[in-house]
Amino acid sequence: MKQSIFKIIENTQLTATVFRMKLSGDVSEITSPGQFVNIKLDGLFLRRPISVCDSENGVLTLIYKVVGKGTEQMAQMTEGKELDVLTGLGNGYNTDLSGDKPVLIGGGVGVPPLYMLAKKLVAEGKKVNVILGFNTKDEIFCEDDFKALGANVTVATADGSYGVKGFVTDALQGMEYSYFYTCGPEPMLKALYKSTVTSGQFSFEERMGCGFGACMGCSCKTITGYKRICKDGPVLEKEEILWAD
Amino acid sequence: MGRLSVDLCGITLDNPIIPASGTFGFGYEFAELYDINVLGTFSFKGTTKDPRFGNPTPRIAECNAGMINAVGLQNPGVEKVIGEELPKLKKCFNKKVMANVSGFAVEDYAYTCERLDKEEQVGWLEVNVSCPNVHGGGMSFGTNPEAAAEVTAAVKKVTTKPVIIKLSPNVTDIVSIAKACEDAGADGISLINTLLGMRIDLKTKKPVIANKMGGFSGSAIFPVAVRMVYQVANAVNIPVVGMGGVSSAEDVIELMLAGATAVEVGAANLIDPYACRDIINDLPRVMDKYGINNISDIIGGAK
Repeated sequence: MKQSIFKIIENTQLTATVFRMKLSGDVSEITSPGQFVNIKLDGLFLRRPISVCDSENGVLTLIYKVVGKGTEQMAQMTEGKELDVLTGLGNGYNTDLSGDKPVLIGGGVGVPPLYMLAKKLVAEGKKVNVILGFNTKDEIFCEDDFKALGANVTVATADGSYGVKGFVTDALQGMEYSYFYTCGPEPMLKALYKSTVTSGQFSFEERMGCGFGACMGCSCKTITGYKRICKDGPVLEKEEILWAD
Repeated sequence: MGRLSVDLCGITLDNPIIPASGTFGFGYEFAELYDINVLGTFSFKGTTKDPRFGNPTPRIAECNAGMINAVGLQNPGVEKVIGEELPKLKKCFNKKVMANVSGFAVEDYAYTCERLDKEEQVGWLEVNVSCPNVHGGGMSFGTNPEAAAEVTAAVKKVTTKPVIIKLSPNVTDIVSIAKACEDAGADGISLINTLLGMRIDLKTKKPVIANKMGGFSGSAIFPVAVRMVYQVANAVNIPVVGMGGVSSAEDVIELMLAGATAVEVGAANLIDPYACRDIINDLPRVMDKYGINNISDIIGGAK
């Protein structure tokens, strides 16, 4: 973990509610895809945890959805603004377990952390399939970015306005894969827990206090004991998950 | 004795800064960031007789200038704290640590304190009779002078280490409770724990926190801390450890002027993991600014 100052070099609107922010700064602590950063914002007491979309050559890329006061403030920010950021938080995805044909399944704003993961898996010589789930065509983002990495991309929309009609689980049917990685809303994660046929890794969200393991604000129960989503997660392996209800 | 040092119940602290229980774990998350031996000491995560998971999530809600938590005393239990956490801590912290203890019955408090009494790393026992997040224990002891005194007396019987009773601000007469603890043999009082608070989500129209209510902390509660530390320090003859919304060297000096011998820093650690180190580094500058030579000179200076 590291606390340092980042400078915004880009803040672009991708859809009605989703933005991409690029920041320059010290990314040395970001060691795995699926980690997150925790950003201090003016006038808000708690930092805002945002998953890392990409991190390379001193540039941190975040893709975030405007859902409340913090992300509303971020959406208004312009180039040159400096932010106090804690980096290197969370365990991230482990690519050692992927096999040679992993599938990455993202839902909505759960898509961004899969980008850096796909990049790493492609670099490791794996054949990467990606399924991106959105409600409707207008909400789609990042499809071309994954394609540019050389991944095989399938998009599913709930209303059928683009790609496969239905949910990511519909797009997954019939697909062959050695392992899976996912991030998205909890109902989607639960559906994948039931329908996937291999081992895999899930990235979870929880309201956090500190984001670095001190406050026990985001604890969950797992097969292997109590874990902190922020420090021992956000990525858990399928075999250790205990659903809360 | 440096200009920052203070005496807390017979043990010298290099400086009066103590990360508060529940915001600093067992120290090693922070030891990855800086040498935690710069601290006066720290109060470790509230420990109970048996292991506890705590409350369901969400456990955290944000407020203006503060936060609410309802963690519910998640901890590995006293045996694991002694067997695993303290040996790990020994590798990164060579000072006496403050052991924070909670319970649900007088016997629980006595049991846990008796176990920790044998640990040479433990300097003080901070006995929490004020946790707002657990049912049937904790705060109910801290809202009644007789119950608080009963816990104090039971703990004093099983330890020779200084016993500091941590009090709740959620009471009508803090002075009567502090005095009851002093009369029962307490070596010190620490306050304030969190204020009972609640937030409701306008979208879901439900409480933000699964436990509905939780403990409100952060800079918003600082004036309440100053008032209660002042009231208690003027009523008892044992040291008072002040806390509640402290986030700067100026806050530390203000609480000490109100009567605190040492100062705990809580929620600030969660926002800025370097908060305590930075406050310690900044204290000499602020002391110079206000003409303070030795920090111990100002304890209770505001009359």
